[in-house]
Amino acid sequence: MSNAERDDRPSPDALLEAAEQEGRGKLKIFLGAAPGVGKTYEMMLAAQARKREGADVVIGVVETHGRRETEALLAGLEVVPRRRVEYKGRTLEEMDIDAILKRRPRLVLVDELAHSNAPGSRHPKRYLDVEELLAAGIDVFSTLNIQHVESLNDVVAQITRIRVRETVPDSILDRADDIEVVDLSPEDLIQRLREGKVYVPHQAERAVRHYFKPGNLTALRELALRRTAQRVDEQMLSYMRQHAIRGPWAAGERVLVCVSEDPSCAALIRYAKRLADRLHAPWIALYVETQRYHRMSERERDRIADGLRLAEKLGAEAITIPGGRIAEDIVSYCEPNNIAHIVIGKSERSRWFEMVHGSVVHDLVRRAGNISVHVIAGEGEGTIPPKTVQTRQTNEAFEPLPYLATTGIVAAALGIGMLLKQFMDVRSIALVFLSGVLFSAIRFGLLPSLYACLASVLAYNFFFLPPLYTFTISDPENVVALFFFLIVAVIASNLAGRTRNQVLTARARARTTEELFAFSRKLAGIGTLDDLLWATVYQMASMLKVRIVLLLPTGSRLAVRAGYPPEDELDDADLAAAQWTWEHNRAAGRGADTLPGARRLFLPLRTGRAPVGVLGVDRDEPGPLLTPDGRRLLDALADQAAVAIERITLVEDIDRARVTAETERLRAALLTSISHDLRTPLASIIGSLTSLRSYGKSYDEATRESLMATIQAEAERLNRFIGNLLDMTRLESGAVELKPEPADLGDIVGTALQHAGRLLADHRVEVDIAADVPPLRVDYLLLEQTLFNLLDNAAKYSPPGTLIAIAARRDGGNAIITVTDEGPGIPPDAMERVFDKFYRVHAQDRQRAGTGLGLAICRGFVAAQGGTITAANRRDRSGAVFTIRLPASVAEAPIREVAEHG
Amino acid sequence: MARPITILVVDDEPPIRRLLRTSLTAQGYAVLEAESGAAALEAAERDEPDLLILDLGLPDMSGLEVIRALRGTQNLPIIVLSVREDERGKVEALDLGADDYVTKPFGVDELVARIRTALRHRFQAQGERPAFHCGDLAVDLVRRTVRRGETEVRLSPKEYDLLAELVANAGKVLTHRHILGKVWGPAHTQDAQYLRVFIRSLRHKLEPDPARPQIILTEPGVGYRLKEGQ
Repeated sequence: MSNAERDDRPSPDALLEAAEQEGRGKLKIFLGAAPGVGKTYEMMLAAQARKREGADVVIGVVETHGRRETEALLAGLEVVPRRRVEYKGRTLEEMDIDAILKRRPRLVLVDELAHSNAPGSRHPKRYLDVEELLAAGIDVFSTLNIQHVESLNDVVAQITRIRVRETVPDSILDRADDIEVVDLSPEDLIQRLREGKVYVPHQAERAVRHYFKPGNLTALRELALRRTAQRVDEQMLSYMRQHAIRGPWAAGERVLVCVSEDPSCAALIRYAKRLADRLHAPWIALYVETQRYHRMSERERDRIADGLRLAEKLGAEAITIPGGRIAEDIVSYCEPNNIAHIVIGKSERSRWFEMVHGSVVHDLVRRAGNISVHVIAGEGEGTIPPKTVQTRQTNEAFEPLPYLATTGIVAAALGIGMLLKQFMDVRSIALVFLSGVLFSAIRFGLLPSLYACLASVLAYNFFFLPPLYTFTISDPENVVALFFFLIVAVIASNLAGRTRNQVLTARARARTTEELFAFSRKLAGIGTLDDLLWATVYQMASMLKVRIVLLLPTGSRLAVRAGYPPEDELDDADLAAAQWTWEHNRAAGRGADTLPGARRLFLPLRTGRAPVGVLGVDRDEPGPLLTPDGRRLLDALADQAAVAIERITLVEDIDRARVTAETERLRAALLTSISHDLRTPLASIIGSLTSLRSYGKSYDEATRESLMATIQAEAERLNRFIGNLLDMTRLESGAVELKPEPADLGDIVGTALQHAGRLLADHRVEVDIAADVPPLRVDYLLLEQTLFNLLDNAAKYSPPGTLIAIAARRDGGNAIITVTDEGPGIPPDAMERVFDKFYRVHAQDRQRAGTGLGLAICRGFVAAQGGTITAANRRDRSGAVFTIRLPASVAEAPIREVAEHG
Repeated sequence: MARPITILVVDDEPPIRRLLRTSLTAQGYAVLEAESGAAALEAAERDEPDLLILDLGLPDMSGLEVIRALRGTQNLPIIVLSVREDERGKVEALDLGADDYVTKPFGVDELVARIRTALRHRFQAQGERPAFHCGDLAVDLVRRTVRRGETEVRLSPKEYDLLAELVANAGKVLTHRHILGKVWGPAHTQDAQYLRVFIRSLRHKLEPDPARPQIILTEPGVGYRLKEGQ
């Protein structure tokens, strides 16, 4: 097989999916066919096993329904208290998701995935809570009954005559990392019911009569098992793709339907849908786009697009692949995708046509190997619902210019022929005219070249074939020659014209593709919504030559957020049409079925998840707005834009939430810090001063000196705190101006020690700067301040008389600076938090904790210079080590010699 | 001297002026006050003070403009009061001709030491300070010798030129630009890395503990200061 190489590589989609799973928590669902099969019990067993392995397991919510065996399993597991919610005079208890997020366990147990939360909860459904827990990286065990699965809801209702309203979407099952079926035979389940293990006895009897009939249970059990099998199959497919194993594999079957421009295609798609449903198999609609696509009429192209859309609507995955030999391409698509059934339409073509062109169906059957091929007869036209939006026909107006030019070309050929007549045989001159015909075919297309054929034949006859200057021909041989000349010229111009058309289409397509690609790249780089909307409307307007407005919802109403040209405004009719489009997710306005009176056509802008906005299209000329090509292009652009808009709005939502929470925390911390850190030194100063003024005369010299020393020390402390606040403010407002210069580390350390002199008076200080410390390019003041803060910190947290050591050495291309003390060290849980603003480790015996800013400033200053700072505890004894790692400058030239002679 | 040494204090903050008036009067100086740039220029013209203490942030004009205006006509020593974050302002003031600076908040002892140094350098003729002593270090600019205790320290010619410039201005801050211009010539005023290398080697030869310099001090972001001699 020619593309075997390509198929051995893991599929990018599969790898992407795997990558997205990383960082999320793992979801395990215990799936049961009916209540009472023991899901919760199984979940608790599994949780206890994880607990024994040492995992941090907590219970988010577990309903034991008073079952003793299950209750026994709660032992030893931490329960996060539930939140009480008042609703219509009743107190409901709901899982407290915030408490769990704050507690951050490894694994949380959340019973009854399909539960609906009390009104006023953060999410209406419990499975949304679970999503959030997973996103936060917490593993979740949950339980679910099969009748709550969305897609099976109808089926279950048919079987049991009871419709459950609480459902979970299938996607959560698809995304579950693990599904365990808790299976119990119907007889055993009914036995358990009778024994009162599921419901209290009088409830149990009613339940057995209605819901828990053996027939019902068998059907439900089959559903549960099959849904799980389907999930397992998907996992296997994903595994196969990731590891590039080629199929088809016996387990699980997929159905593929071949879409064509044939009108009976819709029937084909519906057949495939029924087949897939019967097999409970996923299915795919495939179109192989060959050269022929470019020669099709717009009607045929629309039929293909509609066919693919219909398939998508019925639940298929619609795929278009480029190709040449249709049968071969279909089979090579089928193998890696585990397709077991191909559905294709029966050819309506004549036997004669098939002998010449070959038959795709015959080819396919021959090549299909162990794939079943279903050949279906057509049901006639009109089964695909026609598009709701009319499109503009492209009728090309008559242009005289190519014909004038062609006339010129023939005249030139005539002139050359006249010149050559002296030396050449008259029949060879026909070749000159033929060149002219070919030239005009390539240059101007089919019709002008046919015109050139005719003109050439007449001119040739008139000027070169005896009798000259008449349209009669005397020599029968010349009649034959002229006849063949005509045939050759017509065939040649036909071929050349067709080539030209293909080149033109290919070029146009390449340009469109390129622009789409450029557009998507541009969208990926845009960070703000306004820029994105502007780029979108501008791109659409310029590619399609239309006027565009883009509306996004603000609250429940739509509002214009961008437009090109920008000054466009909407009248009431337009707004009504836009609102209708938004509410019904369908096109409305000019050229559509609904509200055609509006000036613009409105199209929904939506992603796979949800609608995001509405697009309004308008152009100055009357009539339908877009060509079919334009409509397809607009769809492509709109899809890209919708995904990008959704991405940005989601990011903005998350950012907003995060910023609000962070601001709140900081505001509280700032208030505490300022009131404490400004007031404490002021209290000492004012106290000492008033004491001196009032009683100074009665104090002896030593007391006065001590009070004055306090005043000075506390004033200096206040000054440092204000300096820290200023530094922090500069860091946060981005006002730190870096002045990197080649610096001597020894000098910086020396200056820092000099500044910290009084703070370090009670400690011994050792400096050890290795000779091979690489030259640095840093901001002198920032690094000095950093070292000062570290020294200040070390002095504060280590007892008097102990050693504080500053050392610097080389580590590869980096300079490493460490500040080590002999204090009690940092509590392990505070290791990262010490760099947080306003965080302080509270030493029990010493009250003079720091401002909570020093280390945060260190981190900010070091990061601003491209370095890192980390905290650790000493291994040899108690004490903390702060390590700064700075990249060495590469550009430091040896300058000693230069300078000596300079 | 009939008239005591007169110091003009220019600051718009009354508490600072009060502090300086009290402290400096106690040291035997006569103190004049001005609260704006315009008043300062006027007082400098009229009262001919011997030294100016100038806050850089004034209500009517920048302290830098005051220096610029004064340096056109007068040669009195100027000590600038500045804040910690304003290294650029300090360098600019020094380059415009201010003699020294003190960073707010400051200790009065530090300010008085700066005033003494500035006055001494002003009243002393150029090159009239041939010797420098600090601890066991002795520099004799006349004999061109440098000693630590009994041992002579050998310096390269450039190291000696650098030390000589520092000694001639002992106690005063010198900007990088000033030192480079004096020692390496006007073409090299931007080549701060020369200076750094030579300061390091001088410290290794002269300081008791080069890792914690006590003699050649760094003024971060501004320049260097040789400790006042004994």
